Amino acid sequence: MNMLHTVSKSPFGHTALETCLRLARKGASILLIEDAVYAALRQTTIADKITTAMKELSVYALEPDLRARGFGQGQVIDGVKLIDYDGFVDLVVEHQSVQAWF
Amino acid sequence: MSANPDIALPNKRAKKFMLVNRRPPHGSIYAQEALEVALIAGAFDQDVSLAFIDDGVYQLVVGQDTQGTDSKNFSRTFRALEDFGISKLYVERESLQARGLDAADLVVAAQAVSAQALGELMARQDVLLSF
Repeated sequence: MNMLHTVSKSPFGHTALETCLRLARKGASILLIEDAVYAALRQTTIADKITTAMKELSVYALEPDLRARGFGQGQVIDGVKLIDYDGFVDLVVEHQSVQAWF
Repeated sequence: MSANPDIALPNKRAKKFMLVNRRPPHGSIYAQEALEVALIAGAFDQDVSLAFIDDGVYQLVVGQDTQGTDSKNFSRTFRALEDFGISKLYVERESLQARGLDAADLVVAAQAVSAQALGELMARQDVLLSF
């Protein structure tokens, strides 16, 4: 079973996402929550990193956190899967361990 | 260092715990709390390892002197971890290099490993605790 990495800080002011991407191994999943949902948006300076990461990793974003910040499916990078809290629980159950990057 | 024979016995109920340290030592309580957890987990004969990434590598810098700041210099405690059965300390090489540091600048003989190798070690843990 693979690891789940949760990231909760904006990629523009913190290294949490960058470090996560450096350490996550092929087959792992990354879930963007809280201020990290900004990393799921298209046309940012981060978007290319997410697109590249998705060749080896699954990337999810917590939709309630995205919506709270004024964004939705229409602004999200293709391939990033939006999930709700039930989906969050499912991800935790489906993975062997969880590493929180904050 | 000769280990306590009780600690040396294999513990069938032990889980693999990795404490992931990413904060510098004196600006917040994270680093000290991680050390407390390490000592507790070690006392319960768990398979504990510590990883130092990003500013977490500053926790291990040799020569810290907190006399002027009224805070505790807990960096020496890292050298006592071995007495609690904790000898696996990993420092991410990329984080060291980014800060102009190398293994000789550290208070303990931590193993410098690449991001890839550390990522693989992480993937083999039962429990990851972030500080």
